[in-house]
Amino acid sequence: MAEPFLSIQHVRKSFGATTVVQDFNLDVEPGEFVSFLGPSGCGKTTVLRMVAGFEEPSAGKIVVAGKDITRLKPNQRNVGMVFQAYALFPNLTVAQNIAFGLKVAGMPKADADRRVAEMLDIIKLPQMGDRYPYQLSGGQQQRIALARAIAPKPKLLLLDEPLSALDAKVRVSLREEIRSIQKKLGITTIFVTHDQEEALSISDRIAVMYGGKAEQVGTPFEIYNRPATKFVANFVGTLNVLEGTVTDAASGTVRVNSQEVALKGKLNGSKSGDTLSLALRPEAISLGRQPGRDSSLSGEIAEVHFLGSVIRVRVGIGGSTVSLDTFNSPATPPPAVGEKAEISFSSGDMLVLH
Amino acid sequence: MKGGRFWAWVVFILGAAYFFIPLIATVEFSMRMRRGVYSFDAYQIVLGDERFQATFMYSVIAAIFTIVLGVLIVVPAAYWIRLRLPQLRPVVEFITLLPLVIPAIVIVFGYIRMYGSNSPLPFLASDVGTNALLVIGYATLALPYMYRAVDTGLRTIDVRTLTEAAQILGAGWGTIITRVILPNVLIAVLSGAFLTFAIVIGEFTMASLLNRPAFGPYLQNIGANRAYEPAALAIIAFVITWGCMSLIQILSRFAPRSANRPN
Repeated sequence: MAEPFLSIQHVRKSFGATTVVQDFNLDVEPGEFVSFLGPSGCGKTTVLRMVAGFEEPSAGKIVVAGKDITRLKPNQRNVGMVFQAYALFPNLTVAQNIAFGLKVAGMPKADADRRVAEMLDIIKLPQMGDRYPYQLSGGQQQRIALARAIAPKPKLLLLDEPLSALDAKVRVSLREEIRSIQKKLGITTIFVTHDQEEALSISDRIAVMYGGKAEQVGTPFEIYNRPATKFVANFVGTLNVLEGTVTDAASGTVRVNSQEVALKGKLNGSKSGDTLSLALRPEAISLGRQPGRDSSLSGEIAEVHFLGSVIRVRVGIGGSTVSLDTFNSPATPPPAVGEKAEISFSSGDMLVLH
Repeated sequence: MKGGRFWAWVVFILGAAYFFIPLIATVEFSMRMRRGVYSFDAYQIVLGDERFQATFMYSVIAAIFTIVLGVLIVVPAAYWIRLRLPQLRPVVEFITLLPLVIPAIVIVFGYIRMYGSNSPLPFLASDVGTNALLVIGYATLALPYMYRAVDTGLRTIDVRTLTEAAQILGAGWGTIITRVILPNVLIAVLSGAFLTFAIVIGEFTMASLLNRPAFGPYLQNIGANRAYEPAALAIIAFVITWGCMSLIQILSRFAPRSANRPN
């Protein structure tokens, strides 16, 4: 395996008696786009700020390109950063904002002007150089902030919830733009967000954080489909959780609301009589028996929500309710509330949460 | 509703009368130097007086030094408190208010005792030292106004994020203060500067007790010995002060608009 470009090793951060990051480890490959995903207060921004140099780790070290940068000041790290609040300098024009880092680095004016023009082209705002930040929309300001961050060709790009302050439509277009620029420049990037859709859509890998720890690090596919912990399963995507009791650990049989489900090979370490939390994504469940789905449960339609192309159905199974989505078919009316229903799924899609 | 409006006007008219009648009376009196006609003779005499020009220039120069000293002390201090020591803000605010509570005469007597010619720091042993002490004293008197003006300016920008944005782009503290923070609070600094100017121009106690040839003692001296000229001087001082206030108002329109808030 190649040497990681960024290596965060056993990093801990405490503020007084409160530990906000504990034993955080992560290796990031060159050119990789890694997202820190988690709820507020999980420590994701603190880790990012330690990489930037705004916070000093209480323990552990941070290595970039083989060099230990743990104790370096932020202005010695050659790292670019985009902030949630844009942080453009209000007294400077767009071009002067982008040129700020170049000027500080002592780049000759002609070269800096060329680089600014290049950056304005990359972010598709070539005519905006003379404007002031207050004359721009939020999305435009954040693109300028991105251009300013990457203009000095930093080794690492840090994005601290850069899309949170924008409206939904701009958020989607800008995240695609950020990803495309990042791929084009091949710059190693850490992206902090609490929005799972953002993280899933643009990341090479995601570190899901909770309580100051990385609960799971993996590709979006792994994180979504194979959550390692109950927290990851609950935090990422919608999940139906059913309580079950192991009836026969050897054959992998679990009783869910008086109905038996076979979960071969999924009950490692469980004994007969243990209680388990079983989870299923809505898209893994079908209404009625479907070919290729080896397990089923019976229940009663509790709610039906017509959402246009999709119909969201909630099926009551004993004391639990399971949500599933089916496509709207003009020829078939949606099920009625109170009808008996059977749901089917593949036992391989059932997640056993520990 | 109608009654409330009526009483509001009554209060306004009473307040305006309290403010303007003495002013109008002073203007009127200052123009009566020539018997039987209104004239600007008192103004001509005052403005043509060499001592007026010398003392006024002295106070203007003292004001400029005071402003420079005040900016050098207050801008980095207020910035650092906002950035790193926000818990100290109430303490610093209290300290900066002290010059409003402690009379100037107490401060200047303290200076005379502390910095007399026999003390380890003999500021008063030379003219330059005494002038420096006067400027330091003025900076203390202007501290409440300068600190508040700068602090208010800093409140309008996201100090921490702008500092971090500059730091991550490679800037050191000098660059951050001169190229990011100061330009964004310049209008606030200028407001503080004009208030300082207005205070220094009319200050009497410190200049008099330190025996400096400033405009305040000159005003007092003329006032004690002449009839019409003090009124003219009072109006001139008033115009200068109001000029400063108007400049603050005008300059505040040119403040850089903050773009830090998401729209």
